[in-house]
Amino acid sequence: MKVYLDNAATTKIDPRVLAKMKPYYLRHYGNASSIHALGQENDLAIKACKAKIGQIFQANPDGLVFTSSATEANNFIIKGVMRANQEKGKHLIVSAIEHPCVLNSARELADEGYRVDYLPVDSDGLVKLDELEKMMKPETVLVSVMAVNNEIGVIQDIAKISELVHKKGAYFHTDAVQAIPYLNLDIKKLKIDFMSLSAHKFYGPLGAGLAFINPNIKIKPLIVGGGQENGLRAGTYNIPAIVGLTEALILSYKERTAYIKKVKALRDYFWTKIKQAIPEVYLNGSASKRTPNNLNIRFRRIEGEAILMDLSFKGIYVSTGSACSAQNLKVSATLKALGLDSADLNSNIRFSLGRYNTKAEIDYTVKCLKDTVKRLRQFTPIV
Amino acid sequence: MSLNYTKKTISHFLHPQNLGSVKNADACVSIGNMVCGDQLSFSIKVKDGIIKDIKFLSFGCASNIATASVLTERAKGITLAKAKSLKWEKIVEDLGGLPNQKIHCSILAVEGLKKVIAEYEAKHPVPLVKLVKKKSKK
Repeated sequence: MKVYLDNAATTKIDPRVLAKMKPYYLRHYGNASSIHALGQENDLAIKACKAKIGQIFQANPDGLVFTSSATEANNFIIKGVMRANQEKGKHLIVSAIEHPCVLNSARELADEGYRVDYLPVDSDGLVKLDELEKMMKPETVLVSVMAVNNEIGVIQDIAKISELVHKKGAYFHTDAVQAIPYLNLDIKKLKIDFMSLSAHKFYGPLGAGLAFINPNIKIKPLIVGGGQENGLRAGTYNIPAIVGLTEALILSYKERTAYIKKVKALRDYFWTKIKQAIPEVYLNGSASKRTPNNLNIRFRRIEGEAILMDLSFKGIYVSTGSACSAQNLKVSATLKALGLDSADLNSNIRFSLGRYNTKAEIDYTVKCLKDTVKRLRQFTPIV
Repeated sequence: MSLNYTKKTISHFLHPQNLGSVKNADACVSIGNMVCGDQLSFSIKVKDGIIKDIKFLSFGCASNIATASVLTERAKGITLAKAKSLKWEKIVEDLGGLPNQKIHCSILAVEGLKKVIAEYEAKHPVPLVKLVKKKSKK
């Protein structure tokens, strides 16, 4: 049996999405910037996609910029807004548990002379609002807090954060990559100025990202060239990717209620079974303020990558909660920010469920996991 | 990140040799730490300058386990002097190669072996008489 429990890393494309994309490779292959009919039909197709996406999020279609990834969207928004609004200030706030593409964009800006503050989280993984209030200054330009964390699936109170940020006169960005379709993100109501998405996290194609921008706020492009996306993102429109992203979003939100119900039941069942079968296991991050697909579990006294590899040989695919890379011996910033004991930072596994998982797969996983943990704990030097 | 292990590494990860702690060990040490996700314990039994038995415990990734396993295979039955001169490159070679970011595992394992031998030698200093004998032989 093969069990894919790494849906927060990427998802298998929905065949319906792929079917919608295919004609744009084979028949409607025109460059959307070309003036002839084959090009202009695609220009219209892109506009239609933007209108549909705008409806889902109550967003202005003119504020949508297609990118190659959410990593690109986050780089574009954070660097673009900071660099374009220097007369307003040079202060940026990002949460301590952001994805590396946000953290490293912030680091790059810090190297350029911007001031960056990292907003701490509590042991549940929720950002500390009182700290945010204290951190904000008249020269704060942008605050970036992810809607849902990629490792622990914890959901932030976006409405409250956004309100506070705007009260203090700054702009608000949220990386919403892991939020689809779990959160209803009404851009207008939540006053989100900037937001980033990635299609392959919701059964769309790889290489398709999206940046939501507030057209009234200045932003500098990251990639310059032929002036596509109103000069905000150069490069030939990736029309099959754009069509795929749009279709995947539409389907995700259309089928949202049934999917959430199913995945939550399966996830809760999974966690109950793990707790029954294996001693010394703990959940990382809030249990209640969490997307229904995520389980990030600490298996005390054994190392995460060993668990991952052992499961992999049994056909079960998961991620470590922390990627301790040999070169820099860096552990997960997210788990560190939760205040985990340093001895526990390398004992974590992220299970991210998805649309295609079944109860039989979960039963098989629990059985294998029990054996794996037992085997590795037999020869751990840690007591 | 490219993390493709050789068949030999996988085999040592799935079926590690010399697991556990040697009973009535002559020396045991721990090396590495949990923060790096890389910790090994070695225990040895020595007789007549030869490693009679060696076992290990691991808190570490697949290559941490595999390198320690292959190292104990190599160290068992050889003289302390030979064991001390063991190079990490040899361990990597034994496994048919390791991914770049996992090379440090082999270095840690070899350092662990050296550390346990040093511990043994500190606890069991060579009697002066023996040293004199050795010298006179030359």
